[in-house]
Amino acid sequence: MMRTRRDVLKHGLAALVPTGLLQQDDPAAERQTRQEDVPVGRLRDPGLAGQPRGPVTDYENDPFIIGVEEKLRCTCGCNLDVYTCRTTDFTCQVSPAMHRRVISLVEQNKSAQEILDAFVAEHGEMVLMAPRKEGFNIVGYVLPGFAITVVGGCMVWILARRAKLRAVASSQVGSGTPIDGLSTEEAARLEAELRDLE
Amino acid sequence: MTILGQLALWLAALLAVWGAVVGFLGGRGNRPELIRSARRTQYAHLGVISVALLSLMVAIFRHDFNVAYVAAYTSRNLPTPYLISAVYGGQNGSLLFWAFILAVFAALAQWLTPKRYDYLMPYVAAVMSCVTLFFVVVLLFAANPFQRLAFTPLDGQGLNPQLQNPGMVIHPPMLYLGYISITVPFAFAVAALLARQLDTGWLHAIRKWTIVSWIFLSIGITLGMWWAYVELGWGGYWAWDPVENASFLPWLTMTAFLHSVMIQEKRGMLKKWNVILIALSFFLSIFGTFITRSGIISSVHSFTQSPVGFYFLVFLVLLAVSMVWLFWTRRAALEPESHLESLLSREGSFLFNNLLLVGMAFSILWGTMFPIISELVRGTQVTVGPPFFNQVNIPIGLALLGLTGVGPLIAWRKASPRNLRRQFAVPVTAGVMMAAALVAIRFSDFYAAVALCLGTFVVATVVQEFTRGVGARHRLHGESHALALVRLIGRNRRRYGGYIVHVGVVIYIVAFSGLAFKNDVEASLKPGETASVKSPFGYSYDLTHVGVSQYDQLNRFVTTASVEVSRNGRRLGVLSSEKRQYFDSMKRPTFNPSTEAAIMSGLREDLYVVFAGAVDGTEEAVYRFTVNPLVWWVWFGGVVLVLGGVVTLWPGGGPTRASVRRALQGYQVTLVDRDREPVAKVT
Repeated sequence: MMRTRRDVLKHGLAALVPTGLLQQDDPAAERQTRQEDVPVGRLRDPGLAGQPRGPVTDYENDPFIIGVEEKLRCTCGCNLDVYTCRTTDFTCQVSPAMHRRVISLVEQNKSAQEILDAFVAEHGEMVLMAPRKEGFNIVGYVLPGFAITVVGGCMVWILARRAKLRAVASSQVGSGTPIDGLSTEEAARLEAELRDLE
Repeated sequence: MTILGQLALWLAALLAVWGAVVGFLGGRGNRPELIRSARRTQYAHLGVISVALLSLMVAIFRHDFNVAYVAAYTSRNLPTPYLISAVYGGQNGSLLFWAFILAVFAALAQWLTPKRYDYLMPYVAAVMSCVTLFFVVVLLFAANPFQRLAFTPLDGQGLNPQLQNPGMVIHPPMLYLGYISITVPFAFAVAALLARQLDTGWLHAIRKWTIVSWIFLSIGITLGMWWAYVELGWGGYWAWDPVENASFLPWLTMTAFLHSVMIQEKRGMLKKWNVILIALSFFLSIFGTFITRSGIISSVHSFTQSPVGFYFLVFLVLLAVSMVWLFWTRRAALEPESHLESLLSREGSFLFNNLLLVGMAFSILWGTMFPIISELVRGTQVTVGPPFFNQVNIPIGLALLGLTGVGPLIAWRKASPRNLRRQFAVPVTAGVMMAAALVAIRFSDFYAAVALCLGTFVVATVVQEFTRGVGARHRLHGESHALALVRLIGRNRRRYGGYIVHVGVVIYIVAFSGLAFKNDVEASLKPGETASVKSPFGYSYDLTHVGVSQYDQLNRFVTTASVEVSRNGRRLGVLSSEKRQYFDSMKRPTFNPSTEAAIMSGLREDLYVVFAGAVDGTEEAVYRFTVNPLVWWVWFGGVVLVLGGVVTLWPGGGPTRASVRRALQGYQVTLVDRDREPVAKVT
């Protein structure tokens, strides 16, 4: 085998340099080398471009499937619905699996409610993005609005009653009585100003 | 340096105990030497907690990976701005940062408060010391940022990629400033209760502080939305996540307070309610921190589960018990000086505004806690996500929007039918015209339509108020319209700043309604292939895949996928979305690859492009394209909102010397005809 002077020099130097240093990985250099070898149309480092993906099918943009997936919670712990998770967190393995399960149920001609029921049977009620409107959950939906309405109603009733009582009291005292030490004329002017200028 | 930091924390704890004791004793016994000592303690706090924070910063900047916190949240190749954000990027550091800002506010409260409120200041110092003590105790016993490892790693784990964003450098400090500054009004409220001085004095003392808190909370929340939008890659900005909700709760109660305080100042009413609102705002700010950090509720944002939750729970219970006791024992001093004369008055509208704001806060808190409540009652955990919150809160929000317009139109004390007709005619007509226009164009979304009609009504209200004010100045003083506008705002900054805030709220809500018309499309494209996505404004975007490239950059390896964008055949430019794999200084991958969305932002809509990944290692790329209507207006609404807050906060703007002199001379009414020159001046 022919050896050039350059080869001899290279091997001689290699013998002098500690082996550990020579064997140390340099990912950047490695990538640089690989870049030169990359065929057209392929990525030089697919492993660093996120999870490998398959081509998009019609199912991915199907409004029915998206609608169902928006009602289902991804069980990976991200707190997102399945659709948002699978189109946002591209490292999640759970939401794509749940998406495939939705597709398989759609292919079995299940309705949206049947699909949701199937997921609830498998994962429990927590898999739904919002509690079902039944039983104790109704309290969850109704209580805030009910509380606001009741408190608002009580406020109106109490304040209207107080205002009425005060009006009766002031009419008994007489309309010509000065207000807060003002003459009737001054009070009227004050009232008029407050009414018009505020 | 960490030993110095640790010592500083212990010293801060001792000082806090001292400040609390001498503050209470000094205030109670009116002993000047103790009062002086309590007040000086606040400056000493600032000094020692600054030393602790600087110690942590030095450890971070020197890459002292023997410190557990530094090893967990930084790496040698982390860019410098993110070394700064790493100070509050983790639980322990953020609590130290919290204690530092609290110390800053405690010192500022002592330094900036005018002398006439000196009777409150020892108690204020005592309360601030108690809160500081709590945070320092948590730092020392549950979340010590100076804890050392048994070994020294060669490099740290680095900062989470999602936190390596400029928004994340600013957003947490702003939110902390908002949360923490609420402590100052709370301290004044407790001081007023302790001193039994419950006239409007304490309200005047905290007016600017409450606006400062509200402004910082608004900036923090808006920046948080912006960060979520540009960084998380889901194309939205608000997901009703427990941590988002936690920041919104004190904002709602502070907003309620900023309205109800006007009733106490003008009419001496709602004294109890105002104390409750301030205490509730502070309670909610701590409660938000508790649910973020205890791990009792799962959240995208939450810190890992840690023992701090127990400390926060104990603090919250102590806080609630002491506030109830203080309130109960001082209730006699909180009786109103006057009563509501009519529901058809500005006071009445503010009462309903408060009901809705606090009701909304309750509804959000209820929804956030409902999974726990459901588990306690039924033994079954449920998920309470955006569908629940939207269903419950959108009607409340729209009712609030309506009241935003009603409030400024009704007179104080009692509105006459004439006043109502005169005030409501133009705004209601504008709202009805908008409704007619929406019906004519067959606008499809009900809630968005209501938001647009109510928004028009509120904007018409504000425009009417400005027009009348400017017109009056123009006629009375002969000022040009521009000068009259500037002086109108300058002379009554609180009122007109408030109107600007109302416009900001309208812009926000109308922009939120754009979400109803969001459009998503997923596509896998080979280079040269084109996908289309429809805009709700009637046209389509064509997106042609250019290719995928990979390269090294700073502390990461980047895979970029680019699309050429055109609209109706007109080329708009190229958008590039990235996948980033971060490395430490030894080129070891840290974290999973993260996604950087590409956004083309416009006044009508944003085009949001996300590179989901490559097909089989080829340049065929999977994308998600989203058309997001009106998003730009969310950020603009935030700017207007904050601008309005700054106007109300700006110093000066009180009555002029001349107007004070006139007022002293006697009661004066100037009658101005709406369409003509001044017609009469009665003194």
